[in-house]
Amino acid sequence: MLNVSRDRRLHAGLAGMAMLLVAATACGGGGGNSGGGQASTSAGPRDPSAFTVLSNAENTTVPGELRKLAAGACAAENTALPLQIQTVPQTSLDQKLQLLAGQNALPAMFAAGNAPATTKALVKAGDIANLQTELTKLGVANDVEPAALSTIQNLYGGFYVVPDEFNIEGIFYNKKIFAQEHISVPQTWDQLVSDAARLHGQGIQPFSASGQQGWPITRLISGYLYRSLGPDALSAVASGTAKLSDPRYVQAAQAVAALGAKGYFGKGVESIDYDTSVNTFLTGKAAMLYMGTWVLANISDPKADTVGAGNIGFMPFPTVAGGAGNIDQYPANVGLPFTFGAKTLGPKVSAWLKCFVQNYGTGVLKDYGTYSGFTPGTPVAGLSALQTQVQQTMASSKQSVLWFEALFSTQATTVSQQNAAPLVNGSMSPGAFMNTVQAALPPSG
Amino acid sequence: MLVGPALLIYTAVMLVPVFWSAGYSLTSGNAITGYHFTGLANIRHLASDPNVRTALWFTLRYAVVLTIGQVLLGYLLALFYVFALRRASAVIRTLIFFPVVLPTVAVALMFGRLFAIAPVEGPVNSFLNLIGYHSVDWFSSPSHAFWIIITMDIWRSMGFYAVLLYAGLIDIPETMMEAARIDGATGFRLVRHIVIPLSFPVLLSAIIFSINGTLKVFDSILALTNGGPGNATTPLTLYMFNTSFSYGEYGYGAAIALLLTVMCLIVTVTLYRWSRADQQQAA
Repeated sequence: MLNVSRDRRLHAGLAGMAMLLVAATACGGGGGNSGGGQASTSAGPRDPSAFTVLSNAENTTVPGELRKLAAGACAAENTALPLQIQTVPQTSLDQKLQLLAGQNALPAMFAAGNAPATTKALVKAGDIANLQTELTKLGVANDVEPAALSTIQNLYGGFYVVPDEFNIEGIFYNKKIFAQEHISVPQTWDQLVSDAARLHGQGIQPFSASGQQGWPITRLISGYLYRSLGPDALSAVASGTAKLSDPRYVQAAQAVAALGAKGYFGKGVESIDYDTSVNTFLTGKAAMLYMGTWVLANISDPKADTVGAGNIGFMPFPTVAGGAGNIDQYPANVGLPFTFGAKTLGPKVSAWLKCFVQNYGTGVLKDYGTYSGFTPGTPVAGLSALQTQVQQTMASSKQSVLWFEALFSTQATTVSQQNAAPLVNGSMSPGAFMNTVQAALPPSG
Repeated sequence: MLVGPALLIYTAVMLVPVFWSAGYSLTSGNAITGYHFTGLANIRHLASDPNVRTALWFTLRYAVVLTIGQVLLGYLLALFYVFALRRASAVIRTLIFFPVVLPTVAVALMFGRLFAIAPVEGPVNSFLNLIGYHSVDWFSSPSHAFWIIITMDIWRSMGFYAVLLYAGLIDIPETMMEAARIDGATGFRLVRHIVIPLSFPVLLSAIIFSINGTLKVFDSILALTNGGPGNATTPLTLYMFNTSFSYGEYGYGAAIALLLTVMCLIVTVTLYRWSRADQQQAA
């Protein structure tokens, strides 16, 4: 009896402790943003002890160019506040940002989250500087290209990230293969499909795409949607006035799934990673690659690009017969951009920001052959014909559109990209794909 | 008083995190937005979430099939060590145990290459081509992907269960085996009536160990299929991880963790009760 009684007391004690813990935990973070670790900003932003930059490990361009700036154009800023670069794998970036924001320890400059939703949450919590205000104060607001600024505002609801990349997307094609097969640049989706059929018939893989990443496939769906339904096709989904499961949206998934069903993406598309898909195109094993202009860095690398930059062309996503979209509406993005912490933007970090805005655009074009959304301070010589074509296309582009997942939640983005390969290898129907992604969207869209 | 320090440590490292996590399941939000009490909303969402149903079904299938596979093969190997190889089993035991010490990610990458179709065909597809069959896109089909995961994990873990069960088998007194043999029990009858009943406690431990381990599978699937194709091979643990750390929904992630904990608890308690009832009946 004594033992039973003692056991009961012990159980009761444990249960009581558990209840207290549950209650304490449940209530601990409640009430506003205490969990977010948001200290009062009344003291104003303060410089950290170093110019700390958190980059996603996959991005070697921004850290590389920052190091060059620290040794050159921004040497004075670097002396005042030394550059210190940290990296984190892109897949762990959101988690790291959440952790650092919770500890009030965000670095001075950092890669914004994987989806705009994370950045918007940080903006809402007051963790990210309003760059419109800051750059105006610093007198460098005009150093940002209007098209890049417009893309940022569309995505983030304001000027909260720097356009260290500014890309348009389209189809890169192998000019040699096109000439050999007597194919001219397709203007319509039907022409694209018939050209792909001809290439496939000749034993040439028409498209190279990474099913492991998924987005190179979902970009084709959004491309089709923008051409068939017009530039507002996906903002209508985001606002809840249309659904991805509507037949006119499912038609886009059907068109892309049909390419996969005919084997136009090659074997085992779900196993193909990003690098392999790019290498397949750059080594002449596939005729076309849907990609953003960030791939110019690979095209400029003679070791990676055995086809040669002179043999690669760039074309817009073709029109869809009877569609409301226009071939001149290019999908544009700012890649995975960087941003500045609101609480660390003291005078020395501001000096870095100013120097970055004034010098990064020229530096990255010269050193890496890629475009940023900053107006280059000095003209860069020695650009390839392809780079010049891309530059002219960017300059003449009147209206840009976003990509498939741009306005989706993080969960819907993952669901969409995870199911892209099953869509094109036939293990998921177009209707099921669109329904699954729609179901992952928050109720408001 | 004597159990006080141990209880204190156990409470600090086990109970506090468990109940802390349970507390999170009553909230929504993350470290950026802050946490807000939402009562049982996450628990209710568990019941209606189709992804939870898919993950739960996969987890249960995986746990049952893998437990049967690894414990059965482990037991057969243990019998082989004891009755066929006897004292010469050390080298074979070591060789079969070897995959257990390999890093899971390395094993997953190896199996990924083994069954690859692109960019380079793996040995399995090369062999199929050699005997006149077409290559198979193994990871594009949910059922193929499931069986590759099972094959990989059985290969990786059967050596461990073989050693565990071997330790139980060599504890069976030789005199009892000898007596059974004199009474005419040999081969299958000896195993059925003497070896299995006498090694039952360690067999049960192996089953409980296996079920609990397989319900919590994470790293091997993450490295081999990342839950794909689509979410067809996503176990509850991976869904919990994605929900918490990729989608930033810590409260719902904690609710999924709670579901997993309850499942492990139910399975363990059921097995213990069943074995106790069995032992009492035998007595």
